Amino acid sequence: MNNKYLREELIRESGVNPKKCMKCGKCSATCPAYDEMEYHPHQFVSMVESGDIQPLLQSESLYKCLSCFACIERCPRGVEPAKLVEAVRLAAIRKQGENRMTANDVAEFLDEDVPQQLIVSAFRKYSK
Amino acid sequence: MQRVGVFVCWCGSNIAGTVDVQAVSDALKNEPGVVFSTNYQYMCSQAGQDMIKDAVKEHNLTGIVVCSCSPRMHEATFRKTAAAAGLNPYMVEIANIREQCSWVHKDIQTGTEKAIILGKAAVAKVNLNTPLTPGESPVTKRALVIGGGIAGIQTALDIADAGFPVDIVEKKPTIGGKMAQLDKTFPTLDCAACILTPKMVDVAQNENIRIFSYSEVSEIKGFVGNFDVTIKKNARYVKEDICTGCGACVEKCPMKKVPNEFNLGMDNRSAIYIPFAQAVPKVATIDPSACNMLKNGKCGLCSKVCAAGAIDYTQKDEYIQEKYGAIVVATGFNPISMDKFDEFAYNQSKDVITSLEFERLTNAAGPTAGHLERPSDGKSPKTIVFVQCVGSRCDACAEKGKEYCSKICCMYTAKHAMLVRDKYPDTDVYVFYIDVRTPGKNFDEFYRRAVEEYGVKYVKGMVGKVTPEGDKLKVQASDLIENKQLHIDADLVVLAAAIEPDKSARPLATMLTASMDTNDFFTEAHPKLRPVESPTAGVFLSGACQGPKDIPETVSQAGAAASKVIGLLAKDKLTGNPCVAHSNELMCNGCSSCERVCPYGAITYEDKEFRMPDRTTKIRRVAVVNPAVCQGCGACTVACPSGAMDLNGFASNQIMAEVDAICK
Amino acid sequence: MQINEHKPLIVAFCCNWCSYAGADLAGNNRLNYPADVKIIRVPCSCRVNPMFVLRAFQRGADGVIICGCHPGDCHYTSGNYYTRRRMAALFSMLDFLGIEKERTRVEWVSAAEGAKFAATMNDFVEKVTALGENKRLEDLRCKK
Repeated sequence: MNNKYLREELIRESGVNPKKCMKCGKCSATCPAYDEMEYHPHQFVSMVESGDIQPLLQSESLYKCLSCFACIERCPRGVEPAKLVEAVRLAAIRKQGENRMTANDVAEFLDEDVPQQLIVSAFRKYSK
Repeated sequence: MQRVGVFVCWCGSNIAGTVDVQAVSDALKNEPGVVFSTNYQYMCSQAGQDMIKDAVKEHNLTGIVVCSCSPRMHEATFRKTAAAAGLNPYMVEIANIREQCSWVHKDIQTGTEKAIILGKAAVAKVNLNTPLTPGESPVTKRALVIGGGIAGIQTALDIADAGFPVDIVEKKPTIGGKMAQLDKTFPTLDCAACILTPKMVDVAQNENIRIFSYSEVSEIKGFVGNFDVTIKKNARYVKEDICTGCGACVEKCPMKKVPNEFNLGMDNRSAIYIPFAQAVPKVATIDPSACNMLKNGKCGLCSKVCAAGAIDYTQKDEYIQEKYGAIVVATGFNPISMDKFDEFAYNQSKDVITSLEFERLTNAAGPTAGHLERPSDGKSPKTIVFVQCVGSRCDACAEKGKEYCSKICCMYTAKHAMLVRDKYPDTDVYVFYIDVRTPGKNFDEFYRRAVEEYGVKYVKGMVGKVTPEGDKLKVQASDLIENKQLHIDADLVVLAAAIEPDKSARPLATMLTASMDTNDFFTEAHPKLRPVESPTAGVFLSGACQGPKDIPETVSQAGAAASKVIGLLAKDKLTGNPCVAHSNELMCNGCSSCERVCPYGAITYEDKEFRMPDRTTKIRRVAVVNPAVCQGCGACTVACPSGAMDLNGFASNQIMAEVDAICK
Repeated sequence: MQINEHKPLIVAFCCNWCSYAGADLAGNNRLNYPADVKIIRVPCSCRVNPMFVLRAFQRGADGVIICGCHPGDCHYTSGNYYTRRRMAALFSMLDFLGIEKERTRVEWVSAAEGAKFAATMNDFVEKVTALGENKRLEDLRCKK
């Protein structure tokens, strides 16, 4: 897929303007899933802006992001990196042509300790 | 009807190349009022000017039209020529047939036609011109400086040195401002008190300077050269002229649990206090919200111990009226509140402090006598994290931070980090930065020294979260260069808080009708060419009230403001611009529309007595324009619903006549 | 009469501090624009009374353009904001009276924008020329 087209689509879909980023790194500083992620919130902003999107689409980082929105809360410039991560995630799921998670997958996650809310939100996150 | 002379300039071939100048002077000869018309090679030359002077005498001219280059170029020249010929200089009009005709049109016919029309418009206008005389107003040779920080001190000293009396109004009990609270100053590491306090003493000893401490400006009226100011001297319950500043009262005062604002609440003071040892004036002040005697009449110890008998519990606020020729605003700055930055746990832990608090902690005269101790338990910190840009460069949410760069934080943080590593080399010092901005003489060298010689760990990244845990502060931050997240167990976290203009600046700007930007910094008359003047005549800006500034910049701006004030006060009379608005009081209905649109507050209302046709008198409210304040924009002339307001030099009937001449 | 031959009459009000200087700069740089534009100098764009605009149309002008400093750059701090609001109201009223919106314009031209001044005038004259002669607000007594 054309990167320029994809970049614009991600920006439009997420409503994020990556040009506002002043590269302070507060999003990554505040991220609780930082060590799990291959690409970190500030890299998402920077890589989308430069059109280097393929590595993001293939990265497991998309599914490690907790969607806790701490980066949105703390960003001094109002860039909202988590919305961009979400947009890339949706693009990846769309490209795959199928949901990352189906109803059949739920059974293996079920566990007494797993809160129901987690299953619901996981569904929201990993399916179209 | 005027007797108008028309002078068409060739400007060599600049005009004559595209405009038939002979045709222009011939055509204008037939215009109403024109009694003489000619053309010449260079009207602005001495010969050309002499030609005008001769024609004025010979033909008894009362008005002059010069068809030449832009009035922005030679209007002043021809006005002087007219004055030399005995005419009022404002009886000259210029038709711009060079920049706006011959230079932009290539065809001789169209050029000539347009030049004739422009000439006709100028003739039509000059027929309605009236002689104008610039108003004169006297200058009160006294300056007021509002704010007694380093900016105000320097401005006052410079004005006083030139021989003019100056008053400083300071709302705190002592002058000195923020600089008095600082420890060392970058990039030379002089001690702030060592260079500031001699200046404070100079102020106190200077015969030309009066200090109104613990005072505020409560009302400002008037205009450039003639400000009427009311100063409110708050009751300090101590007779200033008798108190010797011995401090016996401070020692004996039983109420000792009042947070000390000079040390930013990190220790306590008594209810009667002298902010710091070198305070000027060195006079005690009673805090009425803490003093038992003032609150419930039980105590009176200070008056018993005062040998001089200076204590006066019945003292009242005093209002002082004074006239000034110029006003300098030096209201300074404050660090912003950290209350909204939950992520840094400022309100949860005493060991998260702002940089200004850190200054007091390392200051030998501060609450810890200069020993670096944690505010919570007094232990000396082993790991210190400095966070830059806290609230600066933040446009995500306006009530939290400020969009601008606070300018001074990079340098003072480098200074703090260096001082810590110098005194306590076993301390780990981290500085988290977004950019290090060090434009300034010896500034970058200073920052590099902090890194290379003193081993301060500069990390490109930001702190995301500070969590107090036990006696440690867990700092979670990013290191963008190494692409990792850092977790540091810190003992002390220092936040480089953004700075904002003092809260008193906004009401002051309203009183002065001086403009401010959206951040409440005062606006300068021109950002490059008039940086120390407010657009309001007679009001000057000194220091951080105009924008974030470090000490050297503040001092140079303070000196610049002083030189502008001296230039103003050195004049005996101010000559105004005669092209100002004026109101026809017979037509004015006192609606206040003009007053509301005036950007300078030049319009006031007066009750005037009018004789009515039936021989009774009636009092009506009418607008009066102060010609010394009016700058002649004309906003009021359009706002006026009755047409009473008009503008000299650009009167409605003049512009209308120009429109008619062009559209004929 | 053919529309093509019609030379429009354009009155331009320029503030002394920005736009008039911008027009001078256009001259200094020899940037051509049609001679149909006649400039009247005013201290500030806010000096332009709506009456002047009406008078121009009444006397046969085909277009009126008002030029001032850029918002925030007004020599008198806030004059051009008044201009913006007043003229917005006036122009919509004129539009209602049948004077097309293209015949009226407010433009911000700084003292450094000689090129913008010339381009603006070229564009404005072109638009007004395309509309043809303005007859709506003419005072018949003034026209032969």
